[in-house]
Amino acid sequence: MNWGAVWAIARKDAMVALRTRAVVLPLIIVPLVLMVGVPVLVGLISGMATQIDTPSTDMEELTKALPSGFAEQYAGLSDVQAGYIYFVLYLFAPMYLVLPLMAASVVAADSFAGEKERRTLEALVYTPTTDRELLLAKILGGWIPGSLVGLVGFVIYAIVADIMTFYVAGRIVLPNPLWLLLAFWVGPAAAALGLGVTVIASSRVNTFQEAYQIGSLVVLPVVLLVVGQAAGAFILSDWLVALMGLMLWMLNVIIFALAAATFRRTALMARL
Amino acid sequence: MGAAATSVITTEKLTRSFGSQVAVDALTVTIEAGEVFGFLGHNGAGKTTTVRMLNGVLAPTAGSARVFGLDPTTDGHRIRARTGILTETPALDSRLTARTTLLHFAEVYGVPSHARARRVDELLAQFELEKRADSKVGGFSKGMRQRLALARTLIHDPEIIFLDEPTSGLDPVAIRDVHQMIEQLTHRGRTVFLCTHNLAEAERLCDRVAVLAQGRMLAIGATQELGSRLNRGHRVSLEIEARDIARAIKLFAATPPVSLAEAVTDRATVRNGSATIVLHGVSRHDIPEMIQTALRHDLRLYRVQPEEPSLEDVYFALQEL
Repeated sequence: MNWGAVWAIARKDAMVALRTRAVVLPLIIVPLVLMVGVPVLVGLISGMATQIDTPSTDMEELTKALPSGFAEQYAGLSDVQAGYIYFVLYLFAPMYLVLPLMAASVVAADSFAGEKERRTLEALVYTPTTDRELLLAKILGGWIPGSLVGLVGFVIYAIVADIMTFYVAGRIVLPNPLWLLLAFWVGPAAAALGLGVTVIASSRVNTFQEAYQIGSLVVLPVVLLVVGQAAGAFILSDWLVALMGLMLWMLNVIIFALAAATFRRTALMARL
Repeated sequence: MGAAATSVITTEKLTRSFGSQVAVDALTVTIEAGEVFGFLGHNGAGKTTTVRMLNGVLAPTAGSARVFGLDPTTDGHRIRARTGILTETPALDSRLTARTTLLHFAEVYGVPSHARARRVDELLAQFELEKRADSKVGGFSKGMRQRLALARTLIHDPEIIFLDEPTSGLDPVAIRDVHQMIEQLTHRGRTVFLCTHNLAEAERLCDRVAVLAQGRMLAIGATQELGSRLNRGHRVSLEIEARDIARAIKLFAATPPVSLAEAVTDRATVRNGSATIVLHGVSRHDIPEMIQTALRHDLRLYRVQPEEPSLEDVYFALQEL
């Protein structure tokens, strides 16, 4: 394996993508809206709600839907305060995965399809790399920034969420094991899934926008997770998140094995 | 090239089709080390497709090729480590600077880290890009982009250099620089595979040329050799006093071995107040006799020039076959 060439291509892809407005804008706007805007907005509404006298909830009915131990851990808090902490820790958790997925997808779309669009792919194809080295370089070039954006998003979210939970309920709740698993185990797996799908899509389309749109479809399962949890179909737990990460990594292995088996620069050039 | 020459490229009935369209049709050719080999043809003749196949980035549909004795379909990366390719479009990322571009490709091509900066500086100087080394490629002119692409092609000092239309769109000064660079490469023993439709360029630079049309190779050989195959006889052009033109045509038309004497338009001679006639069927050995004939009949001669068939003559004659 020609690691020098792989690292050089991956580094250049990440560096150049992060200097491109079409790539950087979503990488700034989405984390700001998701990781700052949403928790602050919900926190402010919750904070105001704590000032209003609201009829108490049937706690026995509500705790049925809460994660085990949650009611005991946050005993003594009002419904609104506990509800906000529940939102921060559980309801919002699947939404976090949008971040590494989207970041990896947008960089990967810039990678192959963007190179085709800018007509720079031919110079890359003529480099003394094997097909696998070229594919690996492209994957790393998307995965590293995707995972990093995910981790930075997690840190920002933890800070913002703690400020808001302290404001609403006088508690600091992050990081906890579930979110650490999300950030360091599931997030990188989600980034890998996003870029795997986008790299495959990128090699078959000709523009950044087309590749990005196809790659964005991987966000749909995240939407299902959000809706499923909000509807009470399941509640994320540490074990469930760990299992979710494992399944995503296994799915990635299949996708990348498929990509490695089918990716041929000769096929790419035949379409140029 | 003598008996000791070694083949660096050989193809045997190399063929590539795209659907029903045959881009390269049973190409058989051998290229020796140190040779400047011209690949001539119109756009779509199969030149770029051949370069792609020889570098293992496009699979042939039939036939075979060997570059440095390696099969491009299985050892493409080993071949590409020893070849440099200037593609038809420069394929440069406009968001990078000239220096970053070269440093990046130096790393990808495995130039040792301690030698990269020096190599990049050398090439920036050679291609007169030092002043814009840290400017983004997006602001470069077409000529500057082409020079940078050439520098990138040479970053790892390749043994075979494939140049696909290297002077396309360049100004005369840049074209002269590219030609000088090709000559320097051959002095250093490098093999140059020059794809062009610029016949004067091929005639000036190439040891041998192959003429392609619609994927088929019509002819291969040294330019003079191809010319001698062209059965057009020899010609001699005479520059004479303009007022004598009718008398001269009548005189030479009746002088053996001239088969035809005709006036040709030559703006340069018209500006000088003279005219040019071309005598067909006359070789350089007949020139002294032609001069004596002219002098005997008081024709004022300004210039006498034997005209060998040019590569252009050969090219168009082959295309008409």
